[in-house]
Amino acid sequence: MPKSRQQGRAQVPPTDDVDSSVVLDTEAIRRALTRIAHEILEHTGGGEGVVLIGLHTRGVPLARRLSSFIQEFEGEETKVGAVDIGLYRDDVSGGARPLMRRTDIPMNIEGQRVVLVDDVLYTGRSIRAAMDALTDFGRPREIQLAALVDRGHRELPIRPDYVGKNIPTSIYEEVVVRMTEIDGKDEVVIVRKGVA
Amino acid sequence: MASNRSANGSKLRQSGPSDERGSGRRNVLDLDDFSLQEIEEVLRNTEGMKEVLHRDIKKVPTLRGKTIVTMFYEASTRTRVSFEQAGKILSADVINVSGSGSSVDKGESLYNTALTLQAMNADIIVVRHGHSGAPHFLARHLDACVINAGDGAHAHPTQALLDLHTIWSHKGRVDGLKVVIVGDILYSRVARSNLWGLTKMGAEVVLCAPPTLIPADFVNGYRTMAGHPFASVRIEMDVEKALEGADVVMTLRLQLERQQAGHLPTLREYSRLWGITPRRLDLAKPDVMVMHPGPMNEGIEIDPEVAHGASSVIEEQVTNGVAVRMALLYGLSTPVRESRQERQAVAEAPVLAARR
Repeated sequence: MPKSRQQGRAQVPPTDDVDSSVVLDTEAIRRALTRIAHEILEHTGGGEGVVLIGLHTRGVPLARRLSSFIQEFEGEETKVGAVDIGLYRDDVSGGARPLMRRTDIPMNIEGQRVVLVDDVLYTGRSIRAAMDALTDFGRPREIQLAALVDRGHRELPIRPDYVGKNIPTSIYEEVVVRMTEIDGKDEVVIVRKGVA
Repeated sequence: MASNRSANGSKLRQSGPSDERGSGRRNVLDLDDFSLQEIEEVLRNTEGMKEVLHRDIKKVPTLRGKTIVTMFYEASTRTRVSFEQAGKILSADVINVSGSGSSVDKGESLYNTALTLQAMNADIIVVRHGHSGAPHFLARHLDACVINAGDGAHAHPTQALLDLHTIWSHKGRVDGLKVVIVGDILYSRVARSNLWGLTKMGAEVVLCAPPTLIPADFVNGYRTMAGHPFASVRIEMDVEKALEGADVVMTLRLQLERQQAGHLPTLREYSRLWGITPRRLDLAKPDVMVMHPGPMNEGIEIDPEVAHGASSVIEEQVTNGVAVRMALLYGLSTPVRESRQERQAVAEAPVLAARR
């Protein structure tokens, strides 16, 4: 079975996980994001010129949360954007394409330090697509990558700069990230496929 | 997932679960076979495409390697150009074929021309034809996706979708709005496709025209049967009554090239009785939108002061036309290549088996 972005993404309805285990709960997610926010500040020397750009859908609330943590620690507001990779994907199969969400890059990213934010880093193909999308908007000084979960199985030479948690997985598992803003609660769950 | 969405009724959601997928349809022939959900998908994707149109570099790689052929057997500026632009922004190769100056002049049939173009690996064929049903005929016989860019007096689905998008983006909704369609309904494919879209989205539609320009089956045909999607559509001959409290006024082009049949005594009379003037527009709601699918006969069906006035969204319709067509092309593109590969695999399988 060809791997695709699909498998790294929430497909399972929130209530009937038959064989699943919670790997990060609300507190663990908060702690991971706090640490990432500190690491971003450390790396960029105080967050000067940093732009957080979330990948739709769950990367967007993650980017907003990171921005509010950074503001809490340094008092400076960090700009947040959103990017939809639908137009740049190479892994669309089976005909129907995902519905588009609005790409919103509210500032000129020329010469900025962009941090891409995604929930699950898997094959790396969405990140490749997001970088293609970003370069259509300008030439950032650097692009970094923050992911709440790195589940391995990369198919492209892409590595994260900031990771919430490394979770080694099999390709028969799904990593489901739920965010309060979208799903009503915060958690990261591993679901084993073919069990339900 | 599908049931989740239909439970949302006609309210468009700006965000949702990350894996919501479009319906991946193969042909766009008319809006009669679009579900409400599918119309909403197109309107949402159009929003995303409008963002691309506002970029400095208006080019995305989505349809790289795909070929779009536009076959226009009838005159067109905005539809053809907007399809071409939509395809090019999405990085497809766009080839234009017009009725005159091609092998059509030598008497080649529509079917053979289309087969030739398909043999040259056209993935998507956009067709405008004077005969109703021509795109449906092609869709039945070709592997390529077929998009109807207007067939006879039958359907013009991409125009209807861009009209729906224009209304929705201004008013935030379509359901419950009073939409008055004024003018040459008899010959208007724009009106017919809009009727499907508007009624599916729950608008209150009023048709207004001289009796000779309203199709007979609309007055007392199947339309009046209970349960028909058009059963709620009202017909009003008096333009001033029709305009009262209107949220949207859609003026239609009086198809002068088809007016030899004696439907109207004179153009002047038509203009005096049914033309949209500033005075008449005052009867509608203060925030009324005036639309026209173009090209306009200014001074006949619409007063220049209205056409270029504050209520007019006619130019915006043209801009939205590009984004809507991009959204449709985006939703269509993938199945072609795959279905063709599969077909090829099926076609070659017995040959290989026989060789062994």
